[in-house]
Amino acid sequence: MERPDPLRRTLTRRRVIGTAGMAGLALASTPAWAEKMVRLTFPGGADERPLTSAFPQKGTMILQRVRPPLLETPFEVFDHGVFTPNDRFFVRWHWAVIPTTVDTASFRLAVRGHVNQPLSLTLEELLALPQVEMAAVNQCSGNSRGFFQPRVAGGEWGNGAMGNARWTGVRLKDVLDRAGVKPGAVQVRFNGMDEPVVADGPDFIKSLAIDHARDGEVMIAYAMNGRPMPLLNGFPLRLIVPGWYATYWVKMLNDIEVLDQPDTNFWMKTAYTIPDTPNADMKPGEAGVKMVPINRMVPRSFITNLKAGEHLPAGRPAPVRGIAFGGDSGVARVDLSVDGGKSWQATRLGTDEGKYSFRRWEIRLTLPAKGDYALMVRCTNSDGAAQPERPNWNPAGFMRNAIEATPVVAS
Amino acid sequence: MAQKTLAAALALVAVLGALAAEAKAPTLPKTVTVDLPKGLDFYAGPGADAINNNCLACHSRDMVLNQPSMPKAAWEAEVAKMRNVYKAPVAEKDVPAIVDYLVRVKGAK
Repeated sequence: MERPDPLRRTLTRRRVIGTAGMAGLALASTPAWAEKMVRLTFPGGADERPLTSAFPQKGTMILQRVRPPLLETPFEVFDHGVFTPNDRFFVRWHWAVIPTTVDTASFRLAVRGHVNQPLSLTLEELLALPQVEMAAVNQCSGNSRGFFQPRVAGGEWGNGAMGNARWTGVRLKDVLDRAGVKPGAVQVRFNGMDEPVVADGPDFIKSLAIDHARDGEVMIAYAMNGRPMPLLNGFPLRLIVPGWYATYWVKMLNDIEVLDQPDTNFWMKTAYTIPDTPNADMKPGEAGVKMVPINRMVPRSFITNLKAGEHLPAGRPAPVRGIAFGGDSGVARVDLSVDGGKSWQATRLGTDEGKYSFRRWEIRLTLPAKGDYALMVRCTNSDGAAQPERPNWNPAGFMRNAIEATPVVAS
Repeated sequence: MAQKTLAAALALVAVLGALAAEAKAPTLPKTVTVDLPKGLDFYAGPGADAINNNCLACHSRDMVLNQPSMPKAAWEAEVAKMRNVYKAPVAEKDVPAIVDYLVRVKGAK
């Protein structure tokens, strides 16, 4: 029976290319499975990426890196709804040793360290705990890094290193309570099944303060949008840290360690740190800036139904819509400006799926006269924080949330 | 009486709620096995030997080729980070050839 499987397509395409005598040419520039290129429109170029459907349990994704996988969600996916389908959800791994087989019967989640009763939980035991569900945005700390000016090294993401899902699982608090956290605990450290390629490389581990870990919102999820997670999104278990950047959302979670000392490992102390300034902003080359671990997300909003350069009718209303999220609180309002931020009009918000979720906004927009416009959208969250006009800058390219402008033509 | 009815109704809702929650718990597959693309394409062009010999174990070449153009000092810092922080086993004698290649394909003033 013929199945539309990506590997088969790849082989077929290779054969076709081979027959045409162009294999060398094709391989020199793009991977063999590249279906099409997309341009992410970064300042200074290096912004073309192939689309790929060669990754397991994933649909068409923007290929940022084959190994370890970095896959970006094509932006048009965000126009389809506030929940990002599992097979289009972005993927980001630090080390290339990723187990490619998970046996759910022998899988164990360890809970150990500064606890009364170390645990080794089966998935069955975990699933027997009270079930909770929450919609939450998962966004890479470096989402939109490619738009930084001056450019910085790293995963050169467009705006698609984010997604929103309904996560089902158990409260981390309930699991910690079963183990019994001892007095004096300060942090909880999380490790997944991925491993460094080199023996002495720093294993990817992340920590949360003990009170945060026990706030009743942080979850251990076993399902995403009602289905088991794709392996590349963390199957079988993933830590969910609502309102915080994805670096804390440890995938393939199998080890929880309660610490009685602050975690000083590389991934907390050095990597994933931001300037301790408003909007994590500093000047290129600025010295002596205090750095702190990245933490809460900030509000963002995007137009999803218009591409840069698209035409709208002049003098007649046209639908403009998009998504917004408040970061660590809900979306209070999303406003749109057609005059460079001089005046703003309120948009209509869609269904509230919870304070950590994407929220739809829409407006019937009439551009007064023919000509070029830049449509700007600005989210204000329920804590009163609004997107800034000026983009931030920091050497790692973290936490971009400036107001985005989409150029359109009224004709 | 009204209170009793309400209590009974609430109890029924609670039972139905619990059933609904139970019914919603997803069944996890017994095993999941996937195949990941290998990403073993070599760096091309003159002077690529050192980078091909040292820099393909941890990540595929697209990570490098997708970077913005950067000055030589920035590339030296990247190679140093790979060696010192991520413990990439890159021999010191290979570093200049790796940096030269990076500056040739991704250099900036």
